[in-house]
Amino acid sequence: MAESMIEVRGVSKDFLLPHLRANTLKTRFVNMFRKRRVMEVQHALRDIDFEVREGEFLGVVGRNGSGKSTLLKILAGIYVPTSGYTVSRGRLVPFIELGVGFNPELTGRENVYLNGALLGFSKTEVQEMYDDIVRFAELEDSMDQKLKYYSTGMYVRIAFSVATRARAEILLIDEVLAVGDTAFRRKCFDHFHALKRRGTTIVFVTHDMAAVREFCDRAIMIEDSRIVANGAPDYVAEEYAKLFSPVAQDAKAQGAEAAEAEMAESTRWGEGNVRYTNVRVPELLSDGEAELVLELEAEAQTDCLDPVYAFVISDSDGTAIMGSDSLRKTRRCEALAAGDCVTMTWAVPNVFSDGVHSLEVAIADRQGLTVYDSWKDAATFTVVKEETTPYVVTPDTSFTLRRIGD
Amino acid sequence: MNLRTRLHTRFRYPVILLRAMVSTDFKLRYQASVLGYLWTLLRPLALFTILYLVFVRLLKIGASIPYNAIYLLFGIVIWGLFSEVSNNGLASLVGRADLLRKIRFPRYVVVVSIGASALISFVLSMVVIVLFMVLARVPVRLDILWLPLLFIELVAFSLSFAFFLSALYVRYRDMSYIWEVVLQAAFYATPIIYPLSMLPVRYAKILMLNPMAQIIQDARYCLVTPETVTMTQLFGTPWVRVIPVGITLVMIVTSLGFFRRRSPYFAEEA
Repeated sequence: MAESMIEVRGVSKDFLLPHLRANTLKTRFVNMFRKRRVMEVQHALRDIDFEVREGEFLGVVGRNGSGKSTLLKILAGIYVPTSGYTVSRGRLVPFIELGVGFNPELTGRENVYLNGALLGFSKTEVQEMYDDIVRFAELEDSMDQKLKYYSTGMYVRIAFSVATRARAEILLIDEVLAVGDTAFRRKCFDHFHALKRRGTTIVFVTHDMAAVREFCDRAIMIEDSRIVANGAPDYVAEEYAKLFSPVAQDAKAQGAEAAEAEMAESTRWGEGNVRYTNVRVPELLSDGEAELVLELEAEAQTDCLDPVYAFVISDSDGTAIMGSDSLRKTRRCEALAAGDCVTMTWAVPNVFSDGVHSLEVAIADRQGLTVYDSWKDAATFTVVKEETTPYVVTPDTSFTLRRIGD
Repeated sequence: MNLRTRLHTRFRYPVILLRAMVSTDFKLRYQASVLGYLWTLLRPLALFTILYLVFVRLLKIGASIPYNAIYLLFGIVIWGLFSEVSNNGLASLVGRADLLRKIRFPRYVVVVSIGASALISFVLSMVVIVLFMVLARVPVRLDILWLPLLFIELVAFSLSFAFFLSALYVRYRDMSYIWEVVLQAAFYATPIIYPLSMLPVRYAKILMLNPMAQIIQDARYCLVTPETVTMTQLFGTPWVRVIPVGITLVMIVTSLGFFRRRSPYFAEEA
């Protein structure tokens, strides 16, 4: 059994909420005279306990604000835990993001040297690897340009190219490392795999379940600042999907119904002339099902001449994948009188990728000037596909290979 | 492992970082200026000219002191180092917050890099002063050998403020305003633009306990003219210097201790 490279034991991290922190002498002065010190503490992490073995590729997943990035910063030694401790038995790469310390006013060349220094390379060492770095980034002609004139793609390429030079036994990667277009992401992951083959231990924080399934040996899920799942990537990815399914939300809602209602309100707005009264979406969409069927009901509160019904489906990253509206389909609007109820059905071919998707529905007037009802996250559904790809959609594809001349 | 390799492994990364920060700072400072690095010499030269015209020609301050122009400039250059290190040092951690939040590296490098940048402009100003001294044919005495020690004291004293203030500023942003006022007051409480002989001995003695006053007067004595009032003349013994030197030592030890104690939290607070 490989020995553990990173040990995390009973780590908790508390933050004082920024607006309550005594940032100026005045607030400190004022607080002195308050009877009760108002100190709201935010528990970013509670009692985190796990280890990472040598050569392991560990995924850390969780929703926004669950504490994943804080955990990564504690592992990197940037934050100190409030209690508990971490041990790492290997050289850690000192940073967790690409292009840290890049200065837009300096040229690409100067930034390579600067970033190299942050990685711990002396000037001569950077000189030796400089040509390789530039070639890998495919930026031979732009190195004497100031960084502020670089496109995002160029910026990421040069930053990544320097970062690949890091000599470390443990790599900590926040998902921002894996930005860029799909081809570039592929290049990133190829690089991580090459590192892994050399025995590098990798901790990877992400939202992307497809990446977790494809690359990680093991994953942990953090929810509400605690570890709630730790195991095989497939198992953790399923647990993650459950977070977004209505069942899990119901279970959660028992404790905090009011908060839930408030959440629903904050994602729903509009004039209210016509409102959706019922949104029915299957909870689970498995491989066998050819179509996703959305059944919606709406009721008019007042007379309404020209309602247009629309929907958008987003993936777990929040990227809108597809959508449509009634005007595109029928080219006309059915006027409603107060009290009228309508029901409608959308059928969408099952092209979705594996993971949780959310549905946004809306009703607006013909010109789109008045929004009657806009409801973000009206429902979520989980798609389970045998075939996982890192792309936004995964339609049924077929492939045949035939030798020519047979 | 011998001491050399031990020091090498321990300080390799800090030294690389320090170099990168100082050179970046330097590149950025003179970017997009036509004369570029020439400004590092032109700037002190132009400032000296103004000071010379105002204080020596117009106000005729310290006219009794030999080489009074160089005397004045030297004092101002020394004060300049202190004020640059403490002022820039104060804002240094907050200014590098992006690095602090994303990279693990020894935090003191940020403050030391400010000191190093200031030291570079100090050395360039000294080049200008030496140039003036040659032109004015100022005689060089053996006392000049004390200067390195005085400069070490100066750098240590200035850095102690930089360390203390930078760590404090992360928490209390009022410090920049407070320090601006304190620094201005300290400038006038130090015999820089007025001769110490202007004051009653009682007050002069108190002022001289300030390490900056001691450093400036001693440095002037060593480099410019022995007709300078230093602690030796005021108190009748050179050993009173243990007080300002002691203050400097206490300052550097306490502020380094404070900085070290606070440094784990810079990432979340800066």
